Amino acid sequence: MSGRSGWALVVQAVLVANAVLVLAPMAIMVMSAFKSTREIFQNPFGLPAVWRLENFQRVWVEARFGAYFQNSVVVTVVSVAVLVVLGAMAGYALGRFAFRGNDALYLYFLSGLMLPVRLGVVPLFILMRNLGLLDTLWALILVYAASGLPSAIFILTGFFRTLPADLEGAARIDGASEWTIFTRIMLPLVRPALVIVTIYNAIPIWNDFFFPLVFIQSDARKTLPQGMTVFFGQYYTDYATLFAGLTLAAVPVVALYVLLSQHFIRGLTAGAVKG
Amino acid sequence: MPSGGSPPRTLAHPAGAGRAGRAGLARLRPPAALGQPRLRLSLRTGRRLWLVVFLAPAVLLFATFITYPIVSALAYSLFRWEGIGRREFIGLGNFVRLFATFPYPRLLWNAFWHNVAVFVLTMVVQNLTALGLALLLARNPRGARAYRVVFFLPVTLSLVIVGFLWGLFLNPIFGVVNKALALAGLGHLARPWLGDPATALVTLVLVNAWRWLGFPTLVFLAGIHAVPDDYLEAARIDGASEWDVTRRIVFPLLAPAVTIIVILTFIGSFNWFELPYVMAGVAGAPNRATDVLGLFFYRMAFGEVDTGLQDIGIGSAIAVLMFALLAGVSTVGAVLLRRREVEY
Repeated sequence: MSGRSGWALVVQAVLVANAVLVLAPMAIMVMSAFKSTREIFQNPFGLPAVWRLENFQRVWVEARFGAYFQNSVVVTVVSVAVLVVLGAMAGYALGRFAFRGNDALYLYFLSGLMLPVRLGVVPLFILMRNLGLLDTLWALILVYAASGLPSAIFILTGFFRTLPADLEGAARIDGASEWTIFTRIMLPLVRPALVIVTIYNAIPIWNDFFFPLVFIQSDARKTLPQGMTVFFGQYYTDYATLFAGLTLAAVPVVALYVLLSQHFIRGLTAGAVKG
Repeated sequence: MPSGGSPPRTLAHPAGAGRAGRAGLARLRPPAALGQPRLRLSLRTGRRLWLVVFLAPAVLLFATFITYPIVSALAYSLFRWEGIGRREFIGLGNFVRLFATFPYPRLLWNAFWHNVAVFVLTMVVQNLTALGLALLLARNPRGARAYRVVFFLPVTLSLVIVGFLWGLFLNPIFGVVNKALALAGLGHLARPWLGDPATALVTLVLVNAWRWLGFPTLVFLAGIHAVPDDYLEAARIDGASEWDVTRRIVFPLLAPAVTIIVILTFIGSFNWFELPYVMAGVAGAPNRATDVLGLFFYRMAFGEVDTGLQDIGIGSAIAVLMFALLAGVSTVGAVLLRRREVEY
């Protein structure tokens, strides 16, 4: 018996050590955000003597985080909405209709899972320039929506295939149109898959840095990760403001994650794990 | 993913999981569909029309913003470029220059071996740790659920945040890393981690592993949970030790999860961009000690900050080589994965 509880103790020690390794840097980040720069140097590991809020105010107003944040929200919401709608329509067609070329089309979309679009960024840059979309949020939205389609179609086609055929048959006999069958009957049944697709795509889009770096020049249209690089250049000696900025940028995603952690985990490992 | 993956979705993400990172190439068909008869509909004109309505928008979007740029990148590598102006067709000229004209080969191989190092180190440091943690979590210790949530937390953070945060921590004068070493009585180990060519790349890999660790942990954990309990019970009743059960039953059945992680780590490592860009700069400081193919490609495609040197021909040639490498490995990986799957 004592052998077993000794083993359990070792297991807990390892798990706690890893939890500390994960959480300590984030705790230092948050605590530093409330300190003065002087206090960060003198007392880097302790709680702040006074919890100061002015660092956050500076970041939000002076460093324009408010504007960056808004751009990130617009880009993320619109591109996820587009890719979920188009992905569901295509997934429905591929999952429920037998037609010549079905398999080929499915594999065509899936090929997007293996090749990173960012390697095609030069032609994409020139295409966006020719379309007059450079330095607009549309450039980001279109690329994110398109590159989210493969995973969306992969997940949704699978879900649509599992639905019983009777439902559809009955509706068709009742004279429902294809569109009605899709939106009223099929779509509500795959709601869990829609949630997974949304979560799976929203986080990487929210966090992306590469495409804004290439497509966006005006400060007013920068997204949060990109805006942070500007902000870091400006305030590089002001530790208190830097930590406040990092904290502010991290809070929305972390809060959402903690609220929805079960969905998140399922969503982000969905592509990698069977079923 | 998981490594540079800068995942994933990323275009891959994490290492990986980036967008590419994110993806699973595991099976081309979701398993739920296996054995299920495909619904047969008679395709009268009306239904054909609906098919077009459902499929056309997705095909159009995907073809324009994914297929077209990828195919064009291949074509671009066959032309000479001046700035973003395309000049004459030169066949494989850009590839010849990339491999034979100073300074390109030196930069190419320097970056390539760094990607290899990132992959190997990530496999050892990040993925072996993840496997160990998954085995511990699979025994369902007290608090397993909470640990799962905590371990995965950094995966949701932007790589830009992770890069800057650790950049501040690693500052040789003010950073907490050296301060913590001093507190622990290991002050003699303190050094400018990111400024020393000997430690810079390894430091980046460790920071990257801090961000991604939770991802392979959960994939392995899901793989372990998928092993039928009957097998484990039967083996235990037959008198097998826990280690035997792990080695003889869990590991073989975990092979698909291992293959997925290896592929995603590979894609992530060879797509690495955000973290070195944020922590080491576009030139791969110090002295190109952290230069990787992603940075080299970016500099050639969009111009180097100090020299202004831009060469889209060379950039596209790098992109083509990276495409070939990633597509080759993904395909081989998918095949291997299927072959190694144990039926149960």
